[in-house]
Amino acid sequence: MIADARVEAARIRARGSAKSGAEHWWRQRLTALANVPLVIWLVVSFVSLSGAGYAEARAWLSGLFNATMMVLLILSTFLHARLGIQVIIEDYVHGRALKVASLVLLDFVVVALATACVLATLAVFTGS
Amino acid sequence: MVAFSLPRNSRVELGRRHEPAVQPKRPREFKVYRWSPEEGRNPRLDTYVVDLDDCGPMVLDALIKIKSEIDSTLTFRRSCREGICGSCAMNIDGHNTLACTKAIEDIKGAVAIYPLPHMKVVKDLVVDLEGFWAQYESIEPWLKTRSPAPAKERLQSPEERAKLDGLYECILCACCSTSCPSYWWNGDRYLGPAVLLQAYRWIADSRDEATGERLEALEDPFKLYRCHTILNCTNTCPKGLNPAKAIAEIKKLIVERRL
Repeated sequence: MIADARVEAARIRARGSAKSGAEHWWRQRLTALANVPLVIWLVVSFVSLSGAGYAEARAWLSGLFNATMMVLLILSTFLHARLGIQVIIEDYVHGRALKVASLVLLDFVVVALATACVLATLAVFTGS
Repeated sequence: MVAFSLPRNSRVELGRRHEPAVQPKRPREFKVYRWSPEEGRNPRLDTYVVDLDDCGPMVLDALIKIKSEIDSTLTFRRSCREGICGSCAMNIDGHNTLACTKAIEDIKGAVAIYPLPHMKVVKDLVVDLEGFWAQYESIEPWLKTRSPAPAKERLQSPEERAKLDGLYECILCACCSTSCPSYWWNGDRYLGPAVLLQAYRWIADSRDEATGERLEALEDPFKLYRCHTILNCTNTCPKGLNPAKAIAEIKKLIVERRL
C-alpha cells in the first residue's frame, strides 16, 4: 500500500496545529531547574538525619523552612513526573481509548499522591 | 507505531549466495536486503561477492556492478552519484547514509545493506517516501513575503546569508528522519528532523516575512515536540548537518515569543 503524497498532505493540513506544547516544554525545564536545589536539600537533610529517631525527624519537619521546602519538592517533582510520563504515553501508547484513559489516570494518580504527600507534611508541621 | 520485534511476514530470512564465476583477487561480500511485492514471501538477505579490484570505491559502485553484472533484479534508487541528489539513501553497515559517498574501504568485513529503517518497502532498497514529501510540502518550503516587491531582488547581507549555512545544504535524503526513534513511533504526526530543519531554513531566512505563522504552524505536541534530542539525526547526516540544533532553535524562538 503506497501512500499518495497529495492525500497525505491533505491529511496533515486537515489536522492543523494544536498551537500548544511550548508551555509543556517550558514547565518541564522549569521544574527540572527547581528540582536541583530541592533534591540537594533533601539529600543533605537525610544525611544529617541519619541515625535520628522518629521524634527528631518529626521535629525537623515541623520547622517552617523544612516544611516549606518539602511542599515545594512535592509539587515540583510530581509536576515534573507528570509532564515526563505524559510524554512517554504520547510516544508509545497509540490506541486512542487506551491513550486517553492513560492520560486521565495519570492526572488522577499524580494529583491524589501529591495531595496525600502535602497533607502528610502539613500534619507533621501543624503537629496534628 | 511502536514495534519492538518485526511482524512475522517482515522477518528477514537467509537468501541466495551469488558466487563469482572466477575467484576474485580481492573479494568482498555484500549482504543485501531483498523483498519484492510480487513474490509474496518474507524478505531475505542475498549475498553477492564482488571483486574490489574491479569495482569503484563507493558502496553505490558495488551496487551498480551487482545490478549490471550479477543480478539485474536488484532494485535501488540512484542518480547523481556525488551526494547531492539524496536518492541512494539507505542503511549501510548499520548507519543511514548515501551509498554514493560511503567508501567500501571504511567498512570492515561483509557490507550489510538495508533500506531506510521503519519505512514501508516498495521493493528491495526502495522505500515509500510519499508521507515524507507530504510533510515537506506541509511546511510550505518557499519564500513568503507581504511587503511590496523591490525593483530588483530582495537583498540579504553576508551576515544574514550566513545564517542559512548548515541549513541550505540539506538534500532531503531522509537519512536523519528515518534514524529517529520518535519518527519511527510517530512518523504520521511528528514532522521529523529533515522537515523541521527545512522549516527552520525558512524561519532563519531574513527575506522571509512569514516567521510568525511558520512558528504557529509548528507549535504542536506532535509536529515539533516529539523531538526529545536523541541526536540520531545529527549523528547520521551524510552531509554533516545538525538537524537537532535547528529544532532546538525553533523551540527557542517559540518560547522567546512568550517571554
